[in-house]
Amino acid sequence: MEDVPSGAPQHCPGTSSDQAGKSSACQGCPNQAICASGMTKAPDPAVEEIRQKMSTVKHKILVLSGKGGVGKSTFSAHLAHGLASDGSTEVALLDVDICGPSIPKIMGLEGEQVHQSGSGWSPVYVEDNLAVMSIGFLLSSPDDAVIWRGPKKNGMIKQFLRDVDWGDIDYLIVDTPPGTSDEHLSVVQYLSSTHIDGAIIITTPQEVSLQDVRKEISFCRKVKLPVIGVVENMSGFVCPKCKNKSQIFPPTTGGAEKMCQDFNIPLLGKVPLDPRIGKSCDEGKSFLTEVLDSPATAAYKSIIQRIQEYCSSHQPQD
Amino acid sequence: FSTEKGNLAQVRHVVLVLSGKGGVGKSTLTTELALALRQAGKKVGILDVDLCGPSIPRMLSVGRQEVHQCDAGWVPVYTDAHKSLALMSIGFLLENPDDAVIWRGPKKTALIGQFVSDVAWGELDYLLVDTPPGTSDEHLAVVESLRKHRVDGAILVTTPQAVSTGDVRREIAFCKKTGLRVLGIVENMSGFVCPHCSECTNIFSKGGGEELAKLTDSPFLGCVPLDPQLSSSLEEGRDFLQAFPDSATFGAINQIAHAVMTSIAERG
Ligand SMILES: Nc1ncnc2c1ncn2[C@@H]1O[C@H](COP(=O)(O)OP(=O)(O)OP(=O)(O)O)[C@@H](O)[C@H]1O
Ligand SMILES: Nc1ncnc2c1ncn2[C@@H]1O[C@H](COP(=O)(O)OP(=O)(O)O)[C@@H](O)[C@H]1O
Ligand SMILES: [Mg+2]
Ligand SMILES: [Mg+2]
Repeated sequence: MEDVPSGAPQHCPGTSSDQAGKSSACQGCPNQAICASGMTKAPDPAVEEIRQKMSTVKHKILVLSGKGGVGKSTFSAHLAHGLASDGSTEVALLDVDICGPSIPKIMGLEGEQVHQSGSGWSPVYVEDNLAVMSIGFLLSSPDDAVIWRGPKKNGMIKQFLRDVDWGDIDYLIVDTPPGTSDEHLSVVQYLSSTHIDGAIIITTPQEVSLQDVRKEISFCRKVKLPVIGVVENMSGFVCPKCKNKSQIFPPTTGGAEKMCQDFNIPLLGKVPLDPRIGKSCDEGKSFLTEVLDSPATAAYKSIIQRIQEYCSSHQPQD
Repeated sequence: FSTEKGNLAQVRHVVLVLSGKGGVGKSTLTTELALALRQAGKKVGILDVDLCGPSIPRMLSVGRQEVHQCDAGWVPVYTDAHKSLALMSIGFLLENPDDAVIWRGPKKTALIGQFVSDVAWGELDYLLVDTPPGTSDEHLAVVESLRKHRVDGAILVTTPQAVSTGDVRREIAFCKKTGLRVLGIVENMSGFVCPHCSECTNIFSKGGGEELAKLTDSPFLGCVPLDPQLSSSLEEGRDFLQAFPDSATFGAINQIAHAVMTSIAERG
């Protein structure tokens, strides 16, 4: 059954069945009250509104990882910068990391506020063709913590997808928090009647990270989200003094390469550790234009090109 | 259960390990602190409430274990025959290690409630709670289910760069709102010493943790260097503290463990 959540009690009738919340199997299930309320049966009207809203957005890419701190936001930001370096490409970057929004800082937009426009919220612009939206723009101080449980986060994500006035867009890039929980389910469900090109999965080379990333790939398979490919980040460090390479996060189980073979998905490239990336992020500048001679810059550029090629060769027919 | 505190009745101290940011080393620090406390002769438990990304079983190389039931509830998994280090993690409840736990908040809250009330820890000096990044369901669930028991406080982990300290600032606001004492801030991954030429590179910048401690008037517990021997040990589930007792990293971890013990003892 489609609507039986993973880990549901045995004999779960499914969240949209008439028996939802009422059958004997529902006794003791934490979601019983939600199911019994009937909330899970009615399709959310927002899905249709979002479909209409997204009809002016050509490509949608999610940036995911099961593991935290592997560079999702860094990659999302540089993918956006890279795509927008062609002035005729309209790019939008949406940050759905509600509890840990990093995009405002990385894009150099800290302290910016969102404005209400006639047709919704208007995003914050880095350049004419690069628009950004994040919960960070709705907070009044950098100490503000967003201590929200799932449903409130989901409501915010719905608003981001339905009420932001993006206009005509070639690429919408969605940066996510780590894990496979409310935020991820919500983005995928709210976008379910639109075409999502696919997900870029970010990992670092060590098994501690890969073991979580495999879960993310299982998630993609479960919700039928295509995986465009995997990026291995923080892949080796070359000492600036002696030029010797160190594996700070050692690929003890074969790194992203082996995982990609096992799952039969493409490895888009490897980005080395470069202290100047962290520095550019802290300063809110694009590493791609700040540092031209780094192997990391070349790696980013080649990965971005492969993503563009994927998107243009997988256009939906209509 | 017989008493109000139930399975936590004989647990002397509870410490949460938190960070707003992902991948900063919460699980690493939880693991190493547990090992350091054990070396200091303490009985230690780890409760892993990172439901979507449990790392502790691998870091302590207790891979796939069955969790047994007893009258008082779940028996934790012990890492050694002396039962000096006990562990509970969702990793033990999954059929296949690649299975994704695709749960929304209420279900996570329910399992964490069970973890807190139904694990038969027995007698422990310290129970360390490893958490996922953020300030959401899991964090509220642990704090709320532990209300009845006294929580000694939280250790906040950050890496030095601003992208990370920014998120940890928000975690401190979470501690304030929920009445959790901040035992202190640890700066992890500060400075990498090249094993070939001994040149130190600050891959993730430097000093952010200490600055954050000053800014928020929190104790600073110390820096742990970015050390490939530490990441390799964790990959293989080896006890780093036993393998590298002469390293700077060993000294740093030990010092943090003692600072935590002192800080808790002073409060009584
Ligand atoms: N290749 C790299 N070399 C050096 N530093 C990097 C590299 N990639 C990312 N970083 C730095 O690592 C830190 C973590 O990156 P980032 O914030 O993008 O991770 P994330 O996956 O979005 O984390 P979270 O799970 O908390 O959202 C940042 O400070 C970033 O600048
Ligand atoms: N001081 C350090 N030196 C080297 N590697 C580290 C250090 N601290 C953490 N790591 C590595 O960084 C990765 C992320 O750490 P982890 O503890 O899983 O983070 P979190 O629990 O915050 O997501 C792990 O592979 C770990 O081995
Ligand atoms: Mg991020
Ligand atoms: Mg962890």
